[in-house]
Amino acid sequence: MLADKDRIFTNLYGFQSPGLEAAKKRGQWDNTKAILELGPEGIVDIMKKSGLRGRGGAGFPTGLKWSFMPKEVKERPHYLVVNADESEPGTCKDRDILRHDPHTLIEGCLVASFAMRAHACYVYLRGEFIREREALQRAVDEAYAAKLIGKNNIHGWDFDLYVHHGAGAYICGEETALLESLEGKKGQPRLKPPFPANVGLYGCPTTVNNVESIAVAPTIIRRGADWFAGIGRPNNTGTKVFCISGHVNKPCNVEEEMGIPLRELIEKHCGGVRGGWDNLLAVIPGGASVPLLPKSICDDVLMDFDSLKAVQTGLGTAAVIVMDKSTDVIKAIQRLAYFYKHESCGQCTPCREGTGWMWRVMTRMVKGDARVSEIDLLQEVSKEIEGHTICALGDAAAWPIQGLIRHFRPEIEKRIAEFSKMAAE
Amino acid sequence: MSLRRLAPPDVQPASFAFNAENAEWARATIAKYPPGRQASAVISLLWRGQEQEGWVSHPMVESIATMLSMPFIRVLEVATFYTMFNLHPVGTLIQVCTTTPCWLRGSDAVVAACKKHIHPHEKTLSDDGKFSWMEVECLGACVNAPMLQIGSDFYEDIDGPVTEQMIADLRAGKALKPGPQNSRKSSEPDGGATTLTDGALYDGSIIGKYKVAPLAPAEAPKPKPPGAAT
Ligand SMILES: Cc1cc2nc3c(=O)[nH]c(=O)nc-3n(C[C@H](O)[C@H](O)[C@H](O)COP(=O)(O)O)c2cc1C
Ligand code: SF4
Ligand code: FES
Repeated sequence: MLADKDRIFTNLYGFQSPGLEAAKKRGQWDNTKAILELGPEGIVDIMKKSGLRGRGGAGFPTGLKWSFMPKEVKERPHYLVVNADESEPGTCKDRDILRHDPHTLIEGCLVASFAMRAHACYVYLRGEFIREREALQRAVDEAYAAKLIGKNNIHGWDFDLYVHHGAGAYICGEETALLESLEGKKGQPRLKPPFPANVGLYGCPTTVNNVESIAVAPTIIRRGADWFAGIGRPNNTGTKVFCISGHVNKPCNVEEEMGIPLRELIEKHCGGVRGGWDNLLAVIPGGASVPLLPKSICDDVLMDFDSLKAVQTGLGTAAVIVMDKSTDVIKAIQRLAYFYKHESCGQCTPCREGTGWMWRVMTRMVKGDARVSEIDLLQEVSKEIEGHTICALGDAAAWPIQGLIRHFRPEIEKRIAEFSKMAAE
Repeated sequence: MSLRRLAPPDVQPASFAFNAENAEWARATIAKYPPGRQASAVISLLWRGQEQEGWVSHPMVESIATMLSMPFIRVLEVATFYTMFNLHPVGTLIQVCTTTPCWLRGSDAVVAACKKHIHPHEKTLSDDGKFSWMEVECLGACVNAPMLQIGSDFYEDIDGPVTEQMIADLRAGKALKPGPQNSRKSSEPDGGATTLTDGALYDGSIIGKYKVAPLAPAEAPKPKPPGAAT
């Protein structure tokens, strides 16, 4: 288990004050100037060596992403945009950073912006996070007042940080939809290329990163790439905030080592599965978008990008949704199908029509009111959506259903058989 | 996607204007964005308008379009795309999360309480015209499931009876306590955190403990000769 001294978010639960004085006592804003003295290349280099992979779901290496920004600022200014849209079902980690440890994020915004030669950063929070927005704004105001950020701040890099918000649309978490929304439009994803590093916010070079990816940066640089890279496993380094919800005795958020065994995570921090480990049915290991795993795989799977990929799922946002044997697993996935139907932005036909179609078929499958051949049809249609849309919401809608068919096909067939038997009687 | 339209004309007010405080706030908000990019403030302004009036009306959309020099249709698109904008009067709106993590922990009972004490149908005003409820998608508090949102606050770790009590208290004009409704402070495991118990994290002894390692000489940025191109 990770030792407390190796945790980055030491006020995750808000037991201490989120204010500046307390944050400084916890080690934030500790000689930040020395970080900036490394220069942009120096910072990017440390981030690359740390092995940090983006915490927003896709796991793209953070240092590498930062290095895509132009090395020189020409007529167009550079922007950092922080993705605090946190809407992936199961995920509620950024919320704790925003409301309880906001100075980790603000310091990270300064460091990351400097590394990408940006003088302005927008943090985009989901609209529902109203208290979180107020908490972040309070911390930003404190940082301005103490001249940690702003014009002529003590760090010698003019830097403005603005808090922005949405109004209830999951799709605005997709980075280009987020940029559209930030520009005052409907949150509909853009075709890529061009990528945001070339044409992002207001047509300027922009990098979009998740809250956690940015908030861990100052600590990584202070403690060194080797420290971070020494936690977890190669290519899957560092600490990670896990969100464990569903049928555990004590659902919670907790910062742990990457690659912790799923079972250990649940038993150490969540008081175990309700009714004991043997009462486990399935786990969605990385938020609603990733395929579920049956108990047999959960027994010894490790919680990191590569281990979960090897069992045909993903770490995603590390939102672990636990289902015990009392769960109607078909209904659990049907509810996610509804979510994707509700959240599709509607611009690509496979996603707009496909998510609705899959939801309707899944709704019949919950009752068993379907033909067995429709299971294959569902699989086929999901494959037609996957990879054929502008953004990854199409994939995200397809994967949970594919996972269900992969691991629980007999359950679906049984439901159909029971229904037809009842109908015949 | 769902079909969302402005309320019919007979429900619409004659006009809309921000009150003085909100008008001042709107000016400051628009200033957060670069010149010519004032459209970026559209969501914030609509939201403030909704906070002032309870819902987003036709005159409000018009007025904000004028303030931001945006075509009416662009603001209308935003108002109808984003589901947090109420396009009809809603009274005190109780938003119940029913996405899978909340459903697994009993959001059905929360919905049942709303049906019983507010209205059998969602998005419909109660008989006294004061309340309505609706199902919403994951609100980002899943480890405190099930949960609901009223106004700016989340109410977490609830169940059917707690929801019934909350609605009764609201009707009686009593203030509710936001956050977890059990003994938890926030997202820690119920009964006590399993981590972050080391006092040395909080006594200030960490300040200055970790020093940024200087770059290895080969990696250090070379000082530029004066006049060299950047
Ligand atoms: C439909 C959809 C929703 C997303 N929602 C979020 C989100 O809420 N928060 C987030 O950080 N990333 C989200 N992402 C991922 C972002 O597009 C982007 O990859 C991420 O913010 C990059 O940050 P990172 O490199 O630090 O991980 C979403 C992606 C898709 C396709
Ligand atoms: S995949 Fe879906 S959400 Fe993404 S752009 Fe297409 S329609 Fe919109
Ligand atoms: S599922 Fe209800 S808050 Fe996430």
